[in-house]
Amino acid sequence: MTATEILTQLQKIFCDVLDIADIVLEQTTTSADIEEWDSLSHIQLVVAIEKYFDIKFTSEEILEWQNIGDMIKSIEEKL
Amino acid sequence: MTFNQLKKLSKQSGNDLPVIRVALLGDTATQLLATAIKGMGQYRNFNIELFEADFNQIEMQFFNKDSELHKFNADFTIVFQSTHKLLGKKTKDRLPLIKEILNSFKGKIIYFNYAEIDDSVFGSFANKLEMSFVYQIRKMNFDLMNLAIQNSDFHILDIASIQNKYGRNFMFSPAIYASTEMILSIDCLPIVANRIFDIICASKGNFKKCVVLDLDNTLWGGIAGDDGLENLKLGHGLGIGKIFVEFQEWLKKLKERGIILAVCSKNEESTAKEVFEKHPEMVLKLDDISVFIANWENKADNIRKIQSVLNIGFDSIVFMDDNPAEREIVRQNLSAVCVPELPKDPAEWLEFLYGENLFETVSFSQEDKERTKQYREQVERTTFEQSFTNETDFLKSLEMECEVEDFTKFNIPRIAQLSQRSNQFNLRTVRYSEADIQNLSNNENYKNFAFSLKDKFGDNGLIAVVILEKRSKELFIESWFMSCRVLKRGMESFTLNTIAKYAKENSFEKITGEYLPTAKNKLVENHYKDLGFVSLGAGKFELKICNYAERECFILSKEIE
Repeated sequence: MTATEILTQLQKIFCDVLDIADIVLEQTTTSADIEEWDSLSHIQLVVAIEKYFDIKFTSEEILEWQNIGDMIKSIEEKL
Repeated sequence: MTFNQLKKLSKQSGNDLPVIRVALLGDTATQLLATAIKGMGQYRNFNIELFEADFNQIEMQFFNKDSELHKFNADFTIVFQSTHKLLGKKTKDRLPLIKEILNSFKGKIIYFNYAEIDDSVFGSFANKLEMSFVYQIRKMNFDLMNLAIQNSDFHILDIASIQNKYGRNFMFSPAIYASTEMILSIDCLPIVANRIFDIICASKGNFKKCVVLDLDNTLWGGIAGDDGLENLKLGHGLGIGKIFVEFQEWLKKLKERGIILAVCSKNEESTAKEVFEKHPEMVLKLDDISVFIANWENKADNIRKIQSVLNIGFDSIVFMDDNPAEREIVRQNLSAVCVPELPKDPAEWLEFLYGENLFETVSFSQEDKERTKQYREQVERTTFEQSFTNETDFLKSLEMECEVEDFTKFNIPRIAQLSQRSNQFNLRTVRYSEADIQNLSNNENYKNFAFSLKDKFGDNGLIAVVILEKRSKELFIESWFMSCRVLKRGMESFTLNTIAKYAKENSFEKITGEYLPTAKNKLVENHYKDLGFVSLGAGKFELKICNYAERECFILSKEIE
């Protein structure tokens, strides 16, 4: 799966979990850019992403991502 | 139900739904649990006003009389102290703390017990060692049960059982805990929130009273009419027969704890009953079934018949049938009836039903064991009544006798339970816990009566209660509720005669009552008017004692000193 494909999939997961129809994610998107993306919904996103890709993140990864690009990198490493 | 669905529900405002005030206190991060509780409340038709205490403030909130918790005045206070946070602490301090809370705090508490963690410090030897963490946690859960036995307003949310069923790896996710302080996984939150509302609904009088059962391929394998009695799969031989025996054993346990069993089957009645009478492996006998309907009519209509004979709400009925098409017909016609989506393989049913937790209750009394018998007697009475053309003759021939008592330690559990169970004949629908009833029995400002009715067909047990508040010259009926089993028997008149006699003897000038409408108590809308009270408007009524004439009824009074 390419980074672009992962990004497309993340976009779907974000829309579903955050209940917003038109999120456009980019490598540089951070939680500051999306109002609904707070520390609580972050956990929901993590769980939903783990389920979809059938992977497990470490607690450090969960705490240290700065933006979508970091997330995609973590996912790529595990696939 | 997923957490995401609950989260969406939690955002809907449910302004026209009844409000329940819930306080949530925990020693780990509870924000998502709070969201799940709000969403589940909405799903189960309540508007939840939630107070979520700041992290780790349990002691301060309980012991400081000016705390937010005390000001909030919750209907239910949920306390979640995690096993996890006990790992580094002395477990022996915990129970005294809970006892202290119970001594100082008035109100209903829902307390999470402790999900086990085997810290593996001693291995299996932990079971032989009192100081081990495993031993201490199990002991604490045991002690909590004993506390709950003594305190009727202290309810255990059995998270330990939930973890037994779903597994620790499902309940707890270490990486999420490390990054957020959350103990419960997102996937288990809907299950936990559901169990919380099982308790809340049960104490609000919303629980299941009856299971309506299909027969062929539900109570036994095969079709009695086609396969013949001897070829049914039922019994501890090879194969699936034992599954049906175990399913019946479970139903029998439900019956013995007060759930009414009824049969609704597409069958010839004689064929269906023959299995109960002649098959040696049948656990359930005809005696266990309160209403037995076997015919070829539509099951929704048959369930309507069962409902009218038993006189209980559709929402207190569970319908179990192996056939998805029959389930769908019942769901479409009777949306209030609970129809579990039984798995295709009967071997899976019990584990599935254990998880559904359909039979939550907040009380259990000796009368529960008698319930099926009482409903069977009720069916006999109905048949007997049909042989009379004149109602008075029927009532006279019943040879009714009523015992009138104060509240005593023997009848308090049943009184509390009747207040929770009565929805139709309940003038103000105040729900009382055992502790509430206990307090009323010691309160000089109240006079209480409990009524038990017997007749030639049997003992109906304790079936009616009035709670009277003394307001100088006025006697206010704070509560009047009655089991619908004894409707149209003259109990209303008998009860009012009892109240009036007491009022007269104690120099009260008038009796006042109030009707507070709910979705279910339209039956008693004209109750006071029919008994000769004068309407004062706004649901309030009064009856002057001076011109009260004793009402005719055919019930003999048996007063207990």
